[in-house]
Amino acid sequence: MSDVTTVRPLDAVAARVRRFTSRRASWIPVFAAVGILVALLVAGQVYFGNFVTPRVLSSLLLDNAYLLILAVGMTFVILTAGIDLSVGAVLAFTAMLGASLMAQGLPAALVIPVMLVGGALIGLFIGVLIQFFDVQPFIASLAGMFAARGLAFLVSLSSIKVEDPVILWLQSKLFYIDGWFLSPTGIIAILVVVAGALVLQFTRFGRTIYAIGGNEQSARLMGLPVVRTKLLAYVISGACAGLAGVVFTAYQGAGYPLNGLGTELDTIAAVVIGGTLLTGGSGFVLGSMIGVLVYGTIKTAISFLGAEQSWTRITIGILLLVFVVVQRAIVARSTRRR
Amino acid sequence: MTRLLRHRLVLPIAALLALIILNTVSRPTFLSITVRDGQLYGSLIDILRNSAPLMLVALGMTLVIATRGIDLSVGALMAVSGAVALTIIDGSGSPDAAGTITLAIVAGVVTTLIFGMWNGFLVSVLGIQPIIATLVLMLAGRGIALLITSGFITTVTSAPYRFMAQGYVLGLPFAFYVSLVAILLVALIERRTALGMLTEAVGINPEASRLAGVRSRGIVWGAYAASGLLAGVAGILYSSNIMAADANAAGQYIELDAILAVVLGGTSLMGGKFSIAGTVIGVFTIQTLKSTITFLGVPPAVSPLFMALVVVLVVLVQSTRVRTGARRLWAMLRPVKDAEAAR
Repeated sequence: MSDVTTVRPLDAVAARVRRFTSRRASWIPVFAAVGILVALLVAGQVYFGNFVTPRVLSSLLLDNAYLLILAVGMTFVILTAGIDLSVGAVLAFTAMLGASLMAQGLPAALVIPVMLVGGALIGLFIGVLIQFFDVQPFIASLAGMFAARGLAFLVSLSSIKVEDPVILWLQSKLFYIDGWFLSPTGIIAILVVVAGALVLQFTRFGRTIYAIGGNEQSARLMGLPVVRTKLLAYVISGACAGLAGVVFTAYQGAGYPLNGLGTELDTIAAVVIGGTLLTGGSGFVLGSMIGVLVYGTIKTAISFLGAEQSWTRITIGILLLVFVVVQRAIVARSTRRR
Repeated sequence: MTRLLRHRLVLPIAALLALIILNTVSRPTFLSITVRDGQLYGSLIDILRNSAPLMLVALGMTLVIATRGIDLSVGALMAVSGAVALTIIDGSGSPDAAGTITLAIVAGVVTTLIFGMWNGFLVSVLGIQPIIATLVLMLAGRGIALLITSGFITTVTSAPYRFMAQGYVLGLPFAFYVSLVAILLVALIERRTALGMLTEAVGINPEASRLAGVRSRGIVWGAYAASGLLAGVAGILYSSNIMAADANAAGQYIELDAILAVVLGGTSLMGGKFSIAGTVIGVFTIQTLKSTITFLGVPPAVSPLFMALVVVLVVLVQSTRVRTGARRLWAMLRPVKDAEAAR
């Protein structure tokens, strides 16, 4: 080590980096995700020449608004060391419910709250199973997934077209700012991200979520409201799935009971790529947003390449693997230091 | 009698019997088995045949769950093995030759065995959570299968390949023999050697079993490899049944059915004690339930709702809160006798 009096600037920077990495270790995966996103965009721009344009970047948000909303809800659940496999099916169910109610002439102002409450109720059902009957989150949300998918088919076996002007406006209205555009669905998604991030960082409820994920036993002994908080996490995830159902209905212009098959996996993958640890207690909503953007960018790049969309899943799988291994290394390092 | 009732397979067997009775009452032909050309036909035989892929997958899943793990990739691996096998048969000049079929089956199963070992490597060596480690292949596997068939549904015509899922030997479906052999092999290896006990030790307390000198790494690794291998065989059976490699539909949701079968059979998802007989009963229960749902005229699309009901019922029966509640209720209903017993 060099003398304290003759610290070279490079050493000072290195020390600062080291201090930062040890104190803010949970942000490192997020930065890694940002790095991957930038690398993907740069590589796309170099390869295609017309990749990083306002049009492509704007449609990234437009096409993935529903996934972004799902990812925010999923982040809450995963932070408590749980998992919610039901989100894709809940999205399909609420979309079907909404579409059929609107087909009967009910106004959107009434239908949208019903969709949100429908999603939240399924989330509550899963939460109750987990909290009061000691069912593992995996199995409980599996039951929720089966139930929601069955309910979606119960509403109607075929797709229902949506003609409600308010719902369609959510997707078709585009606000243009020289080349960039933004739809109301995109605005909703961004608002959800902001709200999720603020709640997690600055409210008692948010800190309790982190505490439960860190160590549920300790959180309980500290007198934190573990039961209420965990239930609420699943309710939030369900309500987010309901909102995603609204956005997805607007995006598709119809409800279809097979919507969102496998979306729960995409959502979990995006959240993990965004740096949230599946063991709970570490992660950020902003990271999940980056994860969704990485997912969307890969999808766009593959359609630019004209390759088969099956490559999307393969690439996401590989990325997921890389991130999990990196996370594993980080966790191993921090436990060794303790 | 009480001892018999306490046996952990009582509830699974009761559930299966209840389903069979329900079926027999609603359609008396359910139990009847007819003989045609020396081959047996009937609902029960259908259940035996159609349950073969699920049986294989669930056996592998039992081993993985016993080590405190879970294998989500089995459905995708089924798609992979079917795709590999049918692509080989499709590409060869002689789709009926025994050599081609053998090569196709071996190639398909070895591929999934390698994938299973990859899962095991991630879990046992790198220490990644099983759900996520196998999620990687669950996501990527179907993509790989699509690449192998270059995005199409490969169909072949090959009588010997078709025989595996649809042929009969000694009056019973060949597929049933496959699952029977798998059950016996797994039971022999796990229960007639110390492997089963060591697996349970690893599942109950990985750290303690490591300190006791159990090589948990190899055991966990082996469980995932076995799961991959069995999923591969299941994929061969599935593709032989429809004579097509459908990368999207093959083994759809089978990982969930398999996990459900294992849980129905009384094996806890927390790992440890496992029951192969329980899994076998669980698989038959699920297959009977599916056949019941179809028979009752419920649209297949709504059947997930029934599955959800079953899952909820099963987990509620297993939960301690419901059990203690029921016991208290029982005690309240017969307070005199309990008081006598207490004295």
